[in-house]
This record gives sequence, structure tokens and C-alpha cells, in this order.
Amino acid sequence: MSHQLRVNPIACNGHGVCAELLPEIIDLDPWGYPIVRSANVPPPLLMHARRAVATCPTLALRLERAQNRRP
Amino acid sequence: MSFTLHGPALWYATRATGLVTLLLLTGTMLLGIVTAGRFASEKWPRFLTVGLHRNLTLLVLIFLALHVGTTVVDTYTSIPATAAVIPFVSPYKSPWLGLGAVAADLLIAVLVTSLLRNRLGFRAWRGLHWLAYACWPVALIHGLGTGTDRRTLWLLAAALACVAAVAAAATWRLATAARAGIR
Amino acid sequence: MTVTASPAAQADSAVLPRLLAGVGHQRALGLAEHEREYGTLWLRGRSGQRRPERLIDMVEAAGLTGRGGAGFPTGRKMRSVAGRGEAVVVANGAEGEPASAKDRLLLTYLPHLVLDGITLAADAVGATEAHLCVHRQEHDLIDGLAAAVAERRQAGLDPVPIQITGIPGRYVSSEQSSIVHYLNGGPGKPTFSPPRPHESGVQGRPTLVNNVETLSHVALIARHGDRWFRGAGLPSAPGSMLVTVDGAVQWPGVYEIELGTGAGEVVMLAGGPTEDLQALLIGGYFGAWLPVEVAWPVRMTQASMRAVGGALGAGVIIALPGSSCGLAETARVVRYLAEQGAGQCGPCLMGLPALAGAVADLAFQGGRGRAVEAIAGLLPLIEGRGACRHPDGATQLARSAIRAFIADARWHDQCGPCDGVGRAPLLPIPEDGEEDWNWT
Repeated sequence: MSHQLRVNPIACNGHGVCAELLPEIIDLDPWGYPIVRSANVPPPLLMHARRAVATCPTLALRLERAQNRRP
Repeated sequence: MSFTLHGPALWYATRATGLVTLLLLTGTMLLGIVTAGRFASEKWPRFLTVGLHRNLTLLVLIFLALHVGTTVVDTYTSIPATAAVIPFVSPYKSPWLGLGAVAADLLIAVLVTSLLRNRLGFRAWRGLHWLAYACWPVALIHGLGTGTDRRTLWLLAAALACVAAVAAAATWRLATAARAGIR
Repeated sequence: MTVTASPAAQADSAVLPRLLAGVGHQRALGLAEHEREYGTLWLRGRSGQRRPERLIDMVEAAGLTGRGGAGFPTGRKMRSVAGRGEAVVVANGAEGEPASAKDRLLLTYLPHLVLDGITLAADAVGATEAHLCVHRQEHDLIDGLAAAVAERRQAGLDPVPIQITGIPGRYVSSEQSSIVHYLNGGPGKPTFSPPRPHESGVQGRPTLVNNVETLSHVALIARHGDRWFRGAGLPSAPGSMLVTVDGAVQWPGVYEIELGTGAGEVVMLAGGPTEDLQALLIGGYFGAWLPVEVAWPVRMTQASMRAVGGALGAGVIIALPGSSCGLAETARVVRYLAEQGAGQCGPCLMGLPALAGAVADLAFQGGRGRAVEAIAGLLPLIEGRGACRHPDGATQLARSAIRAFIADARWHDQCGPCDGVGRAPLLPIPEDGEEDWNWT
């Protein structure tokens, strides 16, 4: 069971806390908004991903169970 | 040891824990403002501000509990336990004491809604979190009004320092508001 | 751009016109005329027994795809909404694409075709509420549609009453999730999905959002069947579609073509070029530029367009003459798109103005050797990072412009703006004054 990281771009205000807590997966663009390099979260990083999700000041980061998404 | 206590020890404990609660609450406020203002430096990452802000609230709770506990247990003033959360139920030093209950209520509201953030959704949570800006000044006024130390220099200095700190942080926050994001 | 509807300019085709059969009258068709032209609609079949799901089967078998730009299979969309309880049907007639006029033509001249489609869709998916959405400053359009709805009410035609709903006039307000957001009492701004409208839309109910042209095709499929629909177009891209042709052509206007028609053929339908052409913009502002020699033979289907790095979009073809500057045209459109964002997502809010600035720099100041690189660097920072497809449309347009006008871009970069930038703008940019700036 794999987990996917997603940013809600409307909720995101560019605080950048997620990039500090999960630099392996999240970078910041020149304007301070997160770029998720690879949505799939490997198991060793899961704990860090959960912490990043919990620490986001605007609840913009989500961890979802991987599922078949229809277009 | 019987549970009804009196004597200056409790009285000092109440005042001391009250002051510490206020200082910690001020610290929490400052960290909250700094979170919104996006401060970060090489040695101070943003997650530190967010994390400290949340964790400090726990300390506030502990000292608030001690403050309320020592007050209630002190037989000299016979303040019932309910006065901790229901304002103006005790005639002692009303309305200043009552404001303490108001501040405590606001703090509990902010705390509970923050713990339930995920279920509330961001917008609802944020609206309620603004109550924190009401909680802090009410707590401050309660402290100055109820406290029998009100005329002592060090208490006034401490209160003034708290006000100055929050005022400075708020000013900084407003000044960087344009840079700080969409909303 | 004026809406012309001249049936004489249809392709020499045995199967066309279909949708546009009734535009010869040059005015809005009343109910009686509509039924004479297209046939009476029997909601439940002549025996009164047809199951509502039968329509979905037919639409699926017909292979109809959405005509609003995304091209999603309509039957599948309807199926995902049906059977989930009390649904809502939303017909999108807002036509946010400034270069497109087909929806306006349908709503002005053939309202009953659209309204038939809405009623059929509502019946098929079990909807108890139906909206036909247009931009709220379109007072004439709204009046005409209200009259058509009243006519039908008198004739007892629509079991689910169709509400004509005016939505905010902003470009992104005509996006699917924006409309649902607005109907739910919020601002006409896009929302984050999941959930998608078919799961939870208006009032949390399963909601079917379809373009008005798509629903018009449904109205004809219900009358003639899926095999009839497949009698036009290609097996992989069946049916007919409406195309808006503009730019350096003899007769700009809306035309009906079979899917799979060559883009060049469509330009000839519109009377052919008035000057030598350098490129075609296909798909509208959410589409892509293609050099004319690449574009001319390409068939008008989703797959063929994508294969050459283009997009079918809302069926718009704009012919760019050699005397115009494609970069200047693109710069103006990207600037417009940047101003039209909802301002909700950082990468779009920050990125589109930066992109607009870079393209304008290249077009009007000469890039000084840096602009092309700047544009290329910005594109991956913007694409796919918004809640809706608005920024993607702008990046697709900009990317295709750099590719199609690569020689011009290099020239501008080295030598500054060409003469073409001074030519009167070809691509329509709605003026501020016409825009309704209120989101709610």
C-alpha cells in the first residue's frame, strides 16, 4: 500500500514548512510554493511525511492512500 | 494534610503561576504571529516556530491549571472551582476575576478547535483561532486587575514588556503582510 | 466577432448540416419551427416505455465526446452521475473562450436544441434540478432563453424545470468547478478536486456538467440513434462538431464539420485565406499554434491534434497572416490570461504574470538573448500546479508559440521586435469594461 503526497494549491499559502520537513520530496519554487518532486512516498519517509502534513499551517498538504484515479 | 489550605504560600503560588501563565501565553502569541509572518533564518527554520507555538500551549495549560488549582484550594478567598470557567460566579474581586474565566474559556475554545483542525476544515478553524487575539488581552487585564501586586514595579514591568512584545510583533506582521502571501 | 450562420457555407457533405440545419432562418427558432426542422422529441419513446438509461447506452455507443474543450466521453460522464440519487444537470453555455462563438450561436438561434438536450440528460441521470448557465451580463441571451423556456413550459415539455442562471463574467468562472462553486453560493472560482462534480457537486449532489453543444448532439442522438451519429466523422472520432473560424479568412464564422476534416479544408470552408498565412491557432486560447504547413493537413480530431503537439479544444481555428507577429498576439493573450486568474494558487498567481512579462519582453522589447530561455524556464514551474487548468492553457499556448515561431523568436531575441507587432491585433481580447469584476 503506497501513499501519495498532494498539495491543495488553493489552500497553500507558501509557508514552506513542508519543504523544511521533507526536503527529500518537496522543493520550493522561486515564489515559495512547494513542488512535489515525486508524489509517491517511500515507507522510510512516511513518518516525516505525516509530520509535514500535520505541521502545514493551512492544512494544504495531504497524504492519500494510492488508488486508481479516473480522469 | 487537610485539603483546605490557607496562608501566604498558596497566595504566592497563585500569583506566581498566574504571572508565568501570562508570560507563556505571550510567548505563544508571539510565535503565532511569527508563524503567520513567515519568519525564517539560517538557524531558525519555520517548522520550529510552528512546532514551538503548538507545544508552548501545553505549558500554558499546565501553569493555568496550577494557577486555577492554587486559587480554588485557598480557603482565604473561597472561590469555587466553577469560577475557573464561568465568569463572575464569584463575587471576589469581580469583574477582574471573572475576566480570568473568560480568558480561560477562550483558551479552551482555541485549543479544542485546533486539536480538531482536520475535521473542522481550514476556514472554520482559522475563524475561531482569531479568538486568541481576544484571549491574551483579557488575560492581561485579569492579571492587572485581580493581582494584589498591581502596584509593584516588577509586575508592571513584566506586563509592559508583554504588551510591548506583542505590539512589536503585530507591527512587524502588518508591515510584512504584503510579502507574506495571497490572503 | 459577429456570429454568422450561413448554411450555404457548409461542406459539400451528404450528412451535414446536422446541428446547424435550422440556422437558415437567421433568427431564433421558435418551438414549432424547431420541431418541424429537427423532429419532435419523445422523451419516453412513442410507446411511453423507454428506460432513461437507454439514452446513456445510445450516447456511449455513439462515441460522443465533450465539446467544451476537454473531450471527455459523454456517455461515461452521464453514467458516472446516473443512479446515485437526485442529480443535478448543469449546461455550460458560458463560453469563456473569447475566440469561440459556437455556443452563443446555438443559444441564440437554436435554443430548443440545447433545451432538449438538457431535458434528455436530466431524465437519463435522474436529475431533479437543471441549470443553463451563461455569463450574467449577457442580458439579450438570457431574455431569449427565458422566452424559449416559457414556450416549452406552456407546451408541458420539460418535467424538470430548466433555470437560466447568470454566472460571473470572469474567464475562469465558466470552468466546471467554478460553476458548481457559484451555484453552491460561493464565488465563481475553481475548487480543488476531489471531490469531482459527478460525486459531489451542486448541494453535494451528483452533478452532470456538459457544454451546450454536447447537449445539442445528445438531442439529435435521441431522435436518430447512435448509428446515425456515427454516419459522420471517423470510426475513432465520430460525429460532427462546430468550429469557429476567425483571423485572415474571407468569411469568419461558425461552421459545422465532420470530425476528421482537415484543418486546411475548414479554412477553405470559411472562404480561404485573405493573405498568405504563417500559422493556425487551433483550439483557442487553451489551444496551440501550429505552423501553417504543419497544421493544414491535420485532421480535426483530439488524437491527430495531440500527435502534432496541438489541441482540438473548443474547436477554434484562427488564421495568422504572415504580416502579423505571432509572438505579439501570444503576448497579448497570455497577459489577458494572467489577469483572468482567480488568484487562488501561488504558482498561477505569480507565474502567469511572470510568463506574460517574458513573452511581452520577447515580442515588444526584443529578448536580448534571454527571453526564450526565461520562458522555457518558467513553463515547468507553472504547468500542472494550479487547482484548475487555467495556467496549463497559458503554458501550452506559450510553448506552442515558441515552437511555431522559433525563427521569429530568434530574430526578436537578436534584433528586437519585427514589423508585425505594429499590426492591429488579430486575436480578440475582451475589454475591461465588458467584464463583470464581481466574483459572487
